[in-house]
Amino acid sequence: MTALKKVFLKGNEAIALAAINAGCHYYFGYPITPQNEIPEYMAKHLPEVGGEFLQAESEIASINMMLGAAATGVRVMTSSSGPGISLMQEGFSYIAGNELPGVVVNMSRQGPGLGGINATQGDYFQAVKGGGHGDYHLIVLAPHTGQELYDLTIKAFELSEKYRCLTMLLGDAVLGQIKEPINPWKPEITAGDPDRDWLITGAKGRQPRLIKSLFLADGEMEKHNWRLQEKYRQMTANDVMVETRFIEDARLVLVAFGSMARIAKTAIDQAREEGMKVGLIRPITLYPFPAASFKNLSESVSRVLTCEMNTGQMVEDVRLSIDSNIPVDFYGRPGGSVPTPEEIFDRLQQAYAEVEQ
Amino acid sequence: MKQVVKRPASLTEKPFHFCPGCHHGIVHRLVAEALDFFNLREKTIGVASVGCSVFLYDYFAVDVIEAPHGRASAVATGTKRVLKDQIVFTYQGDGDLAAIGTAEIIHAANRGENITVIFVNNSIYGMTGGQMAPTTMLGQRSTTTPYGRDYHRDGYPIKMTEMLAALEGPSLVARVAVDKPANVKKARKIIRQAFQMQVEDKGFSFVEVLSACPTNWGMTPQEATKRVSDEMIPYFPLGVLKQKDVVDVL
Repeated sequence: MTALKKVFLKGNEAIALAAINAGCHYYFGYPITPQNEIPEYMAKHLPEVGGEFLQAESEIASINMMLGAAATGVRVMTSSSGPGISLMQEGFSYIAGNELPGVVVNMSRQGPGLGGINATQGDYFQAVKGGGHGDYHLIVLAPHTGQELYDLTIKAFELSEKYRCLTMLLGDAVLGQIKEPINPWKPEITAGDPDRDWLITGAKGRQPRLIKSLFLADGEMEKHNWRLQEKYRQMTANDVMVETRFIEDARLVLVAFGSMARIAKTAIDQAREEGMKVGLIRPITLYPFPAASFKNLSESVSRVLTCEMNTGQMVEDVRLSIDSNIPVDFYGRPGGSVPTPEEIFDRLQQAYAEVEQ
Repeated sequence: MKQVVKRPASLTEKPFHFCPGCHHGIVHRLVAEALDFFNLREKTIGVASVGCSVFLYDYFAVDVIEAPHGRASAVATGTKRVLKDQIVFTYQGDGDLAAIGTAEIIHAANRGENITVIFVNNSIYGMTGGQMAPTTMLGQRSTTTPYGRDYHRDGYPIKMTEMLAALEGPSLVARVAVDKPANVKKARKIIRQAFQMQVEDKGFSFVEVLSACPTNWGMTPQEATKRVSDEMIPYFPLGVLKQKDVVDVL
């Protein structure tokens, strides 16, 4: 890894820079707010590294162009927001079935429908439960700072290649638009092993290869699906990422991801200053979900509060992950608003008062 | 004895599964002959579409990517943008290309993507069992136009070749048929030309092939082939509608 000069960038630009530094030289996309800085940065800077930027006619086309490029083994990315991500679900399902790598960014916006362009976490279900047709998952990463947007973009390429599985960075307008100091770095590249036995390159001196998701012969489809499930099992065993704070002695644990986790950290610091024993679990991989962190909660914990910028999505996974009878509360607001640290602090205080009773 | 004809090297040994009288087998062979002619088998990527044509991966001895329904020209775009020195072709039916994939084909053509598109128009959805296609002829019965296609309700059969020829982007846009030996010979020549455009980096080439589907038309192979000659060709005229020999440069 090589450290590079510190820069001051919007979150969206940090993602684009990280992708290029990770060796991603192909980008296909379609304009949509609040992620336009990503295609704009790519359009400007990919030619400098001999890469290709292409503005597609739709998100349906972008994701399929990505499919066609990914089949050759290069690093490739697309990005969009809610409505565009909905259009890409067909492609996500095919890429899952085809077992191709690739990175997609969802700088999500409020919905349903055309919604609004402000921050929200309403796309959690769509991101982590598959989203398109069939029994599959994406790897879903949830950064909460500009630096983490940068770092996890690089990680996203590595994970997507490790498992031949589409990897999504799930952010929102707050993360995409805030300008922050970033310490960029270049990973060892890693453009992938040219001898991978599935690459589509033209059948020179070898048997022809096929990338497909159609399995009609007796038993083939089930076998294929079990192979996919084995990959999900492997990533759950080996590649879960989670950040915890103050959970060793916490009586109340707050759970939040992305922008919400950033707001929650401020509230938690204030609560600790005021002597409340509260902690934080911040899932970084939303899929695979860090279920083990909830199974192994310390005995001091008697209540969990999940906060989201939606009306209750991740909280379902939190409840599924907790084996004990610890009550799991939820506080959230739907698309259209961003809670303040004071608001979360008030909720913490209320919940903590109930814990102390 | 001297061998005067043989199976193209770009085809596998697998016998075609297509119905008796279906023209896919002829079109597959013509495409394979073009690949052989330019010695492209080991540097070609085929993009299969959804429909009866999806099984081309069983028949072509080249690398193949299977595209979602209608998206073959977008998939081919992604592949060709990376592998600029390889040959990338799509092979799509009329439901795939002219209905669900209309946006993708128009914009690939308009960008002048250096790919070759073989468009097999048999005026019906074959694999799903004979529903109306955008190219179904007026009055033609299908399982979803049981009383015949009526333009008041379903509009007119769409002429993709004419639409694409109106764009600035494409370099070769043509329509051929394989209903009789003379037309097969012309089709062979034009499909070869289409691949030649790509070999010479001249950009987007598109060949529509009028084709019979006896099974879903409810006809014998002979009747179906005659229908291509008598009903389809008068509405979908054959010929090279557009050819650019010099590629525009910025």
